[in-house]
Amino acid sequence: MCLAVPARVVELNGDTAIVDLDGIRKETSTILLDEVTVGDYVLIHVGYALERIDPLEAAKTLALFAELRAQDAEA
Amino acid sequence: MKYVDEFRDGDTARALARVIHAEVNPERNYRLMEFCGGHTHAIFRFGIVDLMPENIRFIHGPGCPVCVLPAGRIETAIRLVEEEDVILCTYADLMRVPAGKRDSLQKAKARGADIRMIYSSSDALALAHENPQKHVVFFAIGFETTTPPTAAAIKIAQAEGLSNFSVFCNHVETPPAMMHILTAGDAKIDGILGPSHVSTIIGSRAYADCCDKYNVPLVIAGFEPLDVIQSVLMLVRQINAGQAVVENQYTRAVSETGNEKAKTLMAEVFEQRPQFEWRGLGVLPDSAVQIRSEFAGFDTEKRFAMQEIATADIKGCICPAVLRGMNNPDECKLFGTACTPEDPKGACMVSSEGACAAYYSYGRYRAGAEART
Repeated sequence: MCLAVPARVVELNGDTAIVDLDGIRKETSTILLDEVTVGDYVLIHVGYALERIDPLEAAKTLALFAELRAQDAEA
Repeated sequence: MKYVDEFRDGDTARALARVIHAEVNPERNYRLMEFCGGHTHAIFRFGIVDLMPENIRFIHGPGCPVCVLPAGRIETAIRLVEEEDVILCTYADLMRVPAGKRDSLQKAKARGADIRMIYSSSDALALAHENPQKHVVFFAIGFETTTPPTAAAIKIAQAEGLSNFSVFCNHVETPPAMMHILTAGDAKIDGILGPSHVSTIIGSRAYADCCDKYNVPLVIAGFEPLDVIQSVLMLVRQINAGQAVVENQYTRAVSETGNEKAKTLMAEVFEQRPQFEWRGLGVLPDSAVQIRSEFAGFDTEKRFAMQEIATADIKGCICPAVLRGMNNPDECKLFGTACTPEDPKGACMVSSEGACAAYYSYGRYRAGAEART
């Protein structure tokens, strides 16, 4: 029930956005977010964008995976 | 898909799992409760359980809103739609959940009740606009992830002066349920995998009391398999070091304080409900929300005389014990025989994130293979 999927904002119109969900265009409400810009990735849940995905934090998490892989390769 | 594929890489998953194998203390067990059904589902679907050392055990928590809704609330809704001239709409997850006397919303719909499945609370508003002669009731369920969209719908309805729309509110809160599980102590828990999307709204700080009071570490984990595995590693490290703090693995979407705008909207529309019944956990104080009196016109429970109906669970169904983390689904006599996703007897088998449905879909073959060896 609490699943939310990441989608890219392609159009904005007031509190409504068109998001691209792996090629599918879908209308979603951005009423729960303060600032949204075209190009942002947002988490979509029951037709609402819950939160923006922070690309820097995502990159940090992926870097941590790479570190752990290096740790595993050394072991 | 960006932000999905890179968090599902199999080689990285196996490497991370080897790091966990290297770091666990073979002298002890690690009993980790994944609170959310979304995590239970990920653990089985992606085979994470098979990558883990034997002394890491997953205990499935009550974080599935469909599973914790008492059957009586569904029966109350069925009675409303059959006695009053209303359209009842709800999320698809709820349609097949067994109410009392083997009834369900789906069966009531088959008998002719006007029950509609919707994707979003905004669809409920659209139904009210399209059917001005009818009253539209939105049967709302869900944890803090799903509560803000309901709050938004009520605010919009008020702004639009929509008088034929109301919400049958069944929204519940995560931290009180977590505290209850820890207080009850039915399942021994060494660490908690914390919710992904509930936390995007309420923030990581909301769980500080759980860690402080019960000395249990909690890691907020994303729903993708690499997120889950890394979070398990973070829990193992905390447990090994004797720590019990809130850590956040899902930093790309969760902040310390959460989504302030969504929290403000929720606080504007909802207030604490003094008590609410949870399936499996019983009546818990301050564990759910109700619609504030300023929005009473949009509160189904105030607009209609709705009766509270108490309904017993089906005999033999151990959903309550499964929801408390005391039993695994395959320990239920009905599991996979009388109770299947096609013909569910208990709520944990209905919802795709229920623990029983996860076991049935991905786990039963594994259990069968173990039994044969």
